[in-house]
Amino acid sequence: MNPHVIVIGGGTAGMEAAGRLARAGMSVTLIEKGKDLGGHLRDWYHLFPDRRSSDEVLEYLKGQISHQNIRLLTGQQVTGFIHKGNEFTVSTGNGDTINGDALLLATGFDLFKSERKEEYGYGIYENVITSADLEAMFRKKEVKLVSGKKPERIGFLHCVGSRDEKVGNIYCSKLCCVTAVKQAIEVKKIFPASKVFCFYMDMRMGGALYEELYKEAQEKYSVGFIRGKVSEVAVNINNRLVAKVEDTLVGRPLKMELDMLVLMAGMEMSEDAVRLAKETNLQMGENRFFKPADHHFGTNMGNVNGVFYAGACTAPLNITETISHARSAVTEIVNYLNTGRK
Amino acid sequence: MKQEENTRVWRDYQKEIADDHFFYVRSCIRQSFFPGSEQFFLQLMRDVLGKDVYENPSHTTCTGIGYHGDVVPFSTIQTVVARHYALMKESGYKNVAVSCVTSFGIYTEILETWKHFPEELEKTREFLYKATGREFDLPENVAHTSDIIYKFRDEIAARAKYPLVNKLTGEPLRVVEHIGCHYSKMFPKYGVGGAEFPQVLSGMVESWGGQIVDYPERRHCCGFGFRQYLVQANRGYSLSNTVKKFSSMKPYKPDLVITNCPGCNMFMDKWQYTIKEMEGLTYGENGESIPILTYEELAGLVMGRNPWDLGLQFHMVQSEPLLRKMGIEFDPSDKFKTKDGRQMPIPENLINS
Repeated sequence: MNPHVIVIGGGTAGMEAAGRLARAGMSVTLIEKGKDLGGHLRDWYHLFPDRRSSDEVLEYLKGQISHQNIRLLTGQQVTGFIHKGNEFTVSTGNGDTINGDALLLATGFDLFKSERKEEYGYGIYENVITSADLEAMFRKKEVKLVSGKKPERIGFLHCVGSRDEKVGNIYCSKLCCVTAVKQAIEVKKIFPASKVFCFYMDMRMGGALYEELYKEAQEKYSVGFIRGKVSEVAVNINNRLVAKVEDTLVGRPLKMELDMLVLMAGMEMSEDAVRLAKETNLQMGENRFFKPADHHFGTNMGNVNGVFYAGACTAPLNITETISHARSAVTEIVNYLNTGRK
Repeated sequence: MKQEENTRVWRDYQKEIADDHFFYVRSCIRQSFFPGSEQFFLQLMRDVLGKDVYENPSHTTCTGIGYHGDVVPFSTIQTVVARHYALMKESGYKNVAVSCVTSFGIYTEILETWKHFPEELEKTREFLYKATGREFDLPENVAHTSDIIYKFRDEIAARAKYPLVNKLTGEPLRVVEHIGCHYSKMFPKYGVGGAEFPQVLSGMVESWGGQIVDYPERRHCCGFGFRQYLVQANRGYSLSNTVKKFSSMKPYKPDLVITNCPGCNMFMDKWQYTIKEMEGLTYGENGESIPILTYEELAGLVMGRNPWDLGLQFHMVQSEPLLRKMGIEFDPSDKFKTKDGRQMPIPENLINS
């Protein structure tokens, strides 16, 4: 009988890994808490750096899991697992139990809840939205203010919930900078006459072609980059947003009127995964993502033998990195099952 | 602003406010600048609501002005506050009611310090014992007196004679609420509604029929800022912050400002006079200035107390335009008379009168 791997999480990492495991001859059960597969990818419009449609990647992943060795369980929340000898028993919210030889956690991330940064007024002031809200607007091809009017001045605020000790997240979510640049370009393409500003602490453009995109945003699309964090947002008597920010390059505070402010929400370990980690004694790192066994050689393993990790449940990762990480998890799992499960 | 969302935010910051048996600690400056406020608080609590509020004559300043002016060290202020707790213990009380926002901030800062650095607590116990032979317990409940008025706001509304409605137009009065920085900006959990969308004053105003004005500089400092004012060379900075704040609220045509901090009340009141003298600028309607009231004074007006018993005549900006809007009857000739009817000197250059 083929070894049976249980994959928890049907986003990019879980789908890619499930497909690869099936092709490697494993029997796979892929459990997803939502009713649809695809995770956050389903909410995204275009991906950086080449602005490829996210639907294209989703189609690829759907192709990956189209395999007879894969059993899909959607709409099922994993509530815990028991590890006995070499066997894992996973329990779900509707009372089912599933036995397997190895467990792959691909539980992904939650977007930082931007309303926690109360000073930015998300959920309080109309037209303060998140990067995810803007993607939804892109997908619907309806980028507009609540009044229905076209935005003329749009701000992007980096590092919302990232590199912020006040909310307990000292880490960099690393993808928000390039997402802001990508979204700023998208907005300029829709509204060429608009003024678009990015408020940043540092531009962290470490990925392939990110820097080029940043340059394009400045040179081709005239996006303004202001080094300084917004301290607070309010609304003036004309119902326009007023952002207070310090321009640290000029060394002066400034107050800017905006029609729309986009909060670049960071990434956090998903709440469900935190609960699972606590209940099953899986170690989390200082950043509350799953703690890898080794930062160089063991990013797919944790502190429980036979439990593997893939994707953004270990740290903020982009789609490219997530797919690579899922593939390396498959290699580790196959190795584990073929070499006496040690 | 989406009001229901604002409500959601402040509901995340609920604090427990004791119901009765308060150890009351006064402010250093409120009795001079707003002499009716603390008196009305005590009358309201004792005579109207039937609560037990105790004052200990040995209570002193918390030294907060010196602390924030960088002349009183932290260990000293901890020991002074510990002495207040010792007085509270000796008097048999466990709930402290603090009149001053700066003192309230000091009390909360010290309690948080002792929680996170227990060695500071032990050191303070030793200092107090060596200096005075006193011992103390930590309070069970710390409330600012605006918290307590907030808690009983509906009882006040039930007794309202003059709700916050403009009698001339029938519209709710437009009220700017200004929260002292030391109320909840340091520790949002100690404030009703947290730091960004505090509810402590807006809850009172809404309960009494008024409408809160949300304006861009709502969270901005009143301009006092301790060192900004206490160091004479910085006073221009203090004043310019006040100008920024009033310029921001002016387009909304507020009928009054309500504050919960002695410093804010004083500076927003007196700097309006200064700005008018220096620049000829006023921020209310019809060239008038905006009355700045304490929450006790406003509660007293709503309940129909005589404005002169509440001490409104001792503000720099006089309240007559507001009293007329609320339909409150008052006798201008009583304004500067003592309780036994003797005429006091009448100040010159009062604004709005």
